[in-house]
Amino acid sequence: MMRRVLLTAGLAALPLLFAGNAHAAGGHPKEPIEHEWHSQGLFGSYDQRQLQRGYQVYRTVCSSCHSMKLVAFRHLGQPGGPYHLDACPEELGLADTVDCSDPAANPFVKAIAADFTITAGVDDSGDPLSRPGLPSDYFPSPYANQQQAMLANGGANPPDMSLLVKAREDGRNYIYSLITGYPGLPKGPAEIPEEITVPPGQYYNPYYHGDTLSLMKAEYLDEDGHLLPGVHAPDGGSFKMAPPLSQDCLVTYEDGTDCTVEQMAEDVVAFLQWAAEPELEQRKRMGGFVLLYLFAFAGIVYASYRQIWRNVEH
Amino acid sequence: MSSTTEGRPHDVEIEVDEGRRDFIHLLAGGTAAAAVVGVAIPVITQLAPDAAVRALATKEVDIGAVEAGQAIKVVWQGKPVFIRHLTERELNEDEETPISALKDSESRNDAMPGEATVENRLQQNNFVIVLGVCTHLGCVPLGTDSGDNRGDYGGWFCPCHGSHYDSLGRIRKGPAPQNLAVPPLEFLSDTNIRLG
Amino acid sequence: MAHESTYVPGTGFERWVDKRLPVIRLGYDSFIDFPTPKNLNYWYTFGGILAIMLVVQIVTGVVLAMHYTAHVEHAFDSVEMIMRDVNYGWLMRYAHANGASMFFIAVYLHIARGLYYGSYKEPREILWGLGVVIFLLMMATAFMGYVLPWGQMSYWGATVITSLASAVPLVGDPIKTLLWGGFSVDNPTLNRFYALHYLMPFLIAGVVILHIWALHVPGNNNPSGVEVQTKKDTVPFHPYYTVKDGFAIVAFMILYAAFVFYMPNVLGHTDNYIGANPLVTPSHIVPEWYFLPFYAMLRAITFDIGIPFTDIVIINSKLGGVLVMLGSILILFVLPWLDRSRVRSMRYRPIAKWWLMIFFADVFLLGWLGGQVAEQPYILISQLATAYYFAYFLIILPVLSVTETPKPLPRSISEAVVADKAGSKKRKSPLGVTAGGTQPAPAE
Repeated sequence: MMRRVLLTAGLAALPLLFAGNAHAAGGHPKEPIEHEWHSQGLFGSYDQRQLQRGYQVYRTVCSSCHSMKLVAFRHLGQPGGPYHLDACPEELGLADTVDCSDPAANPFVKAIAADFTITAGVDDSGDPLSRPGLPSDYFPSPYANQQQAMLANGGANPPDMSLLVKAREDGRNYIYSLITGYPGLPKGPAEIPEEITVPPGQYYNPYYHGDTLSLMKAEYLDEDGHLLPGVHAPDGGSFKMAPPLSQDCLVTYEDGTDCTVEQMAEDVVAFLQWAAEPELEQRKRMGGFVLLYLFAFAGIVYASYRQIWRNVEH
Repeated sequence: MSSTTEGRPHDVEIEVDEGRRDFIHLLAGGTAAAAVVGVAIPVITQLAPDAAVRALATKEVDIGAVEAGQAIKVVWQGKPVFIRHLTERELNEDEETPISALKDSESRNDAMPGEATVENRLQQNNFVIVLGVCTHLGCVPLGTDSGDNRGDYGGWFCPCHGSHYDSLGRIRKGPAPQNLAVPPLEFLSDTNIRLG
Repeated sequence: MAHESTYVPGTGFERWVDKRLPVIRLGYDSFIDFPTPKNLNYWYTFGGILAIMLVVQIVTGVVLAMHYTAHVEHAFDSVEMIMRDVNYGWLMRYAHANGASMFFIAVYLHIARGLYYGSYKEPREILWGLGVVIFLLMMATAFMGYVLPWGQMSYWGATVITSLASAVPLVGDPIKTLLWGGFSVDNPTLNRFYALHYLMPFLIAGVVILHIWALHVPGNNNPSGVEVQTKKDTVPFHPYYTVKDGFAIVAFMILYAAFVFYMPNVLGHTDNYIGANPLVTPSHIVPEWYFLPFYAMLRAITFDIGIPFTDIVIINSKLGGVLVMLGSILILFVLPWLDRSRVRSMRYRPIAKWWLMIFFADVFLLGWLGGQVAEQPYILISQLATAYYFAYFLIILPVLSVTETPKPLPRSISEAVVADKAGSKKRKSPLGVTAGGTQPAPAE
């Protein structure tokens, strides 16, 4: 009986086969590095200190070009967030009535928000009003609009970072590989492959989903523009993002963690994953409970089923 | 059970432990009922204010610029809140009003319950902070902006049905049954308050 | 219903209601004392699972509708607001999105069961046809629902699928404009899709009621394909099948919960987490997994059909693809009249059974092909697989109806059950458990 159930369940899971195959194609980027993440697996959760370091990297490095407009400051103080507090730290000497577990009252969140200038509403004379940020405000974009962003970045619009990890195949490994994989960086080649010419204002990266065929130097091509025998186009492609973490210690960590390029990359990717999936911890915790409940429930109903059908040959 | 059951074949006759059998069925039914309740919790909780709304449940207001005799109106949780800095003359008038002259003798202030005395209605530094919602039918009384009709008692006047409030927001005349409510608030400093 | 009512009103109130609106009698005769073949296996539980999934989708869908904004400027952000700020909003959205996939898993297994045990045959043609109607409504609902988050795949999926209408000769382009309510997929399109997406589940629920009605007139088919003859062949629906369906539903919920809580985005496409951009097409457009077999058939028609040795084209490749895709589902309506074999269950059809197994494999192959890029050799394989799909219905089944010699049928369901038990005791090999679960081994 159970075997039949298992067989049915196995068949029911078959769409997974399709799902895996549905995404092949595109260029020929290098496979992303399989990095170990604190949040992976059935019981993986976020490392709050890592999220804080990641936020520091985001704030210092990424936020000058990339928006994160779906994330509000208050999210930083929600359960599972980088600055969530269960109780107010004593050294801040806050009044007893302040509930620091409330994201809107969290002193770190308030300080982070106040560090940004928010333009919202108009003053009495109708001019745009600027004020320091509040926990309820969203992260402001570095550019007023898409045209301005493209103008400042050589014609490319830096993608919004709120959902970046979910919006890329194998997002966290891909972003980690990309930002540590430029030539000369720890996970990248020693230098730009000699077969290609990188156009000015662009940067080569073996993990980028691009196409290097158009970059091949003339001596590797025949008259029709095809590759000469024995020549392979290098992995990846070139694009307009300069290496964001070009050297160690662009950020000095407050907690004394070694600020290598790999460490900063891992931290910022962890932060970006939190930004994309702030519900991850709650989801997995609840999932564990629901699954345990359902397994017990299934066992009880199966026992009930055996009782009822006991006398019927079927 | 039913008539059809009688026709079903009893190929094997086994001694039935009825207590155990009933227990299993009850357990199954109970587990199913508990599961339905478990599903109902998120389905109902989603109706409650979401995190974006909750983040606006409290509001900090700088009242340092409100001089004696002036008043401002701020929006908190989608409702107007009146903040008035009383003058000495207004205070004296309020002090002299006996409780017996009030229509509603309750303070309507959760932080200071009791009679609607000056102590129970007035905040520090001579500020009166009340919810700007008339207790009659929910209109917003006049009297905060300069030039407004302040009513017969120098406080607020509700134009909808003619309720008159004094400068402490106590109902003195008209159909409104209660004094203007004092919202939950806290002075973070002499010039900064948090509503909510 | 088909059997004589056995309901006896127990109380005065029940008698009072029964005289005026015999709704308790209807429920009792349909779901309590309904005589059901005693040999239904787990493949017969997907009907109940589908009913539960429809309820789950409607409940989560209504909840999402309370927070969603159907406007191109706000749709994407409002979905993310649901994910981030609404209490348990992430749960509702993941349950709804993965619920659609679960719905299709169950409906495909339900259809496959019908094909295997010949549930479409006389006297259940209308029951089967209503099922195909539900399937079509489900596909439309799922497609329109996928557009609502207004991500890249939503937008481009909507563009590609609505453009199928333009394949219709002469009036194709006007129809497309009518569907769009504009000159491209835009705000009017999103709004009407939202309205229809909310409406269609209730249409589905209505057809489901007819489907159950049509089931209760002739009664259930069963794995032996032999009609019920005596009361010994049946058990009352409750408690026998309520508890069996209940167990299957809970087991199915385990699979569902595993997706919702631990891999909520595995069945979706990453590009749908990028807001719709009408100027940039994603490099590789694929529909949701449950449409892939049909998508493969659409793309398989890369050639024009015309009069040989002339340049006259009767059906160009675009229209051909659309016709083939539509035909692949519409052909199910006429299946009861294509398969003329008097034996229902494939258990007793030694040859047809293997052609059906190849058909199932063919559908999986088409599903895989639908996710590949449109290049050789995939196009050629798709064409062959499409040809087999239609050949199964149009050639293989009609021919086998005449040529196949079925195995001797059991005289009754009870006899089939006894034969099964004897058979499964003889065979200890795990391979003995085939798709039918309790069916005897093939003749060889």
